[in-house]
Amino acid sequence: MSDSNTTAHEAVDEERRDFIHIAAGAAAVAGAGLVAYPLVDQMNAAGDTKAASSLEVDISKIPLGGEIRVLIGGKPFFLRHRTVAEISAAASVVMSKLPDPETDEDRLEPLPDGTLNPAILVTSGACTHLGCVPVGPAQGAVGDYGGWYCPCHGSHYDTSGRIRKGPAPKNLPVPEYEYVTPTVVKISL
Amino acid sequence: MSGHESTYKPASGFTKWLDSRLPIIRLAHDSFVDFPTPKNLNYWYTFGGILAICLAIQIITGVVLAMHYTASVSEAFGSVERIMRDVPFGWLVRNIHMVGASMFFLAVYVHMFRGLYYGSYKAPREVLWILGCVIFLLMMATAFLGYMLPWGQMSLHGANVIINLFGAIPLVGEGIQSWLMGGPSVGNQTLNRFFSLHYLLPFMIAGVVILHIWALHVPGNNNPTGVEVQDVKKDTIPFHPYYTVKDGFAIVVFLMIFAVFVFYAPNVLGHADNFIEANPLVTPAQIVPEWYLLPFYAILRAITFDLGPIDAKLLGVLFMFGSIAVLFVLPWLDTAKTKSMRYRPVAKQFFFGFVISCLLLGWCGASNPDDPLIAMGEDKLIVSYIDTAGLEGTRTFDEYEAAAEFRDEQQAAGATASMAVKKAPAFTFKILSQILTAYYFAYFLLILPILGLREKPKGEPDSIHKSVLGDHAPAAVPAE
Repeated sequence: MSDSNTTAHEAVDEERRDFIHIAAGAAAVAGAGLVAYPLVDQMNAAGDTKAASSLEVDISKIPLGGEIRVLIGGKPFFLRHRTVAEISAAASVVMSKLPDPETDEDRLEPLPDGTLNPAILVTSGACTHLGCVPVGPAQGAVGDYGGWYCPCHGSHYDTSGRIRKGPAPKNLPVPEYEYVTPTVVKISL
Repeated sequence: MSGHESTYKPASGFTKWLDSRLPIIRLAHDSFVDFPTPKNLNYWYTFGGILAICLAIQIITGVVLAMHYTASVSEAFGSVERIMRDVPFGWLVRNIHMVGASMFFLAVYVHMFRGLYYGSYKAPREVLWILGCVIFLLMMATAFLGYMLPWGQMSLHGANVIINLFGAIPLVGEGIQSWLMGGPSVGNQTLNRFFSLHYLLPFMIAGVVILHIWALHVPGNNNPTGVEVQDVKKDTIPFHPYYTVKDGFAIVVFLMIFAVFVFYAPNVLGHADNFIEANPLVTPAQIVPEWYLLPFYAILRAITFDLGPIDAKLLGVLFMFGSIAVLFVLPWLDTAKTKSMRYRPVAKQFFFGFVISCLLLGWCGASNPDDPLIAMGEDKLIVSYIDTAGLEGTRTFDEYEAAAEFRDEQQAAGATASMAVKKAPAFTFKILSQILTAYYFAYFLLILPILGLREKPKGEPDSIHKSVLGDHAPAAVPAE
């Protein structure tokens, strides 16, 4: 068929066709995004998982030189009752020797009256290397610096939970916590 | 091979009717009966068939196990024990599935080393090789997910270590990590999704296997000479009965070895810690993956140094994933024109060095990185003390008695004193794994690219049939 035989309504309107292609493509992409979003988001923490994210712990029963371990949302936390020697060891470290410099005082939260209680140290119980749970005084191994030792890849933490030796890059993080009373701390994720 | 004409002739009325509607019998005939296959394939070439059997075994036993397994942190461990004790033949099905994972990886490693040795990744088989690498990645993911399901100590803490790897990624790492776990830690929700994905991935593997076979059947098989088929009549024989029988024999021998493990040593490749129910508050003394992932774990742990702005943790993760990523680009790294290492006298030696380094990396992965391989001197005891005047000091001892006495004296005098072990300098597993990791990457990134340009191949035959008959073979006498 030659062009001369083409009637007006058979001619292709290229601009209109482009518009239809772009509009259809955009609608398909937006539709795919709207479908993908809930499918991806469903894997994030569910409401009940998020809700179980704080715990009040009685610290009066922790033996001197010992610790208790609690799970909040499946994450381990250490609450350690430090001896005088352990506190002075943690306080006397020269900052320049620390891979992740932080003073012992910076790692404590104040009591309700505003003073610090260096006897109680609260830290995360997950090694900052790959998340293993380090061993401590109750397991009979405290590492070269008297704090914790991670048996997985050999990270040594001191009595303030600071990394001193080994592959872990950071100190054991101090969780968000507060003293509800002088003997009860509330730890939140 | 593509281009060879179909020789299928439907015999009955029904097959004629079907052939004009869905030529599935024709496809099977052309792919597995009359498929022209190089006549010189050796037993290393039977592992493709063996792997197909392995996949089928894992899917069948896995479907059965899923009928009895409960994906919940409070019941998973118990439900696996119930399978082992109470479900009729549950012990058998589970042992097959568990040993089957190991046998699957054993076969896939032989299959991959075979491809590396005979140059099966080179043109025109790059896509075939890449699809194989995709299958390998899916297999590793499936095995990792499956290992978590019994909810033993190694399941939980192994999963923790691997998911934490994603946390090393800058900016988005922690978000990805909690997205994968579905919460702040590896918990019930994580176990549920891992079970779902563990059920899904084998079918994705099966899909990629179909593509892998398709990509194999376009250029046809490589062969031990690495010389392409030139004359279909002289160089090839039909797949059936020649290779169905050869593969079949190899499969039977392989299944006999498989059975020895299932019936006599089902747990020998596993880890004792996984018979303790998962406890998030106690980490096992040493976390190790299953044997087939140990070389990659060794590479992860070998990196203990920072490189510019990249810290050791991220660098280790990059090296571990890089060790697999490098396989994907191998077809373009190896510059040699000769495919088979039979005719590459120098490359052959580097190849065997590579195999040995992979095995040794596995040994490193199973060992404590700080343990001495060759000790140089004795361990010492160091007593450090701060006396009442605030002076710091240390003293070194060889014997525990003397060290303890000194520490007690210091403490009695009012000083703080503590004792620690100072390890003697040693050639540790960490150093060995660093050397082997360097060789692993050098093999792909330096040796193969440079050697391919410099090496003189030796004794490559002109064609497959000449390699079989020899150059001076008498002309075949036609049978009467």
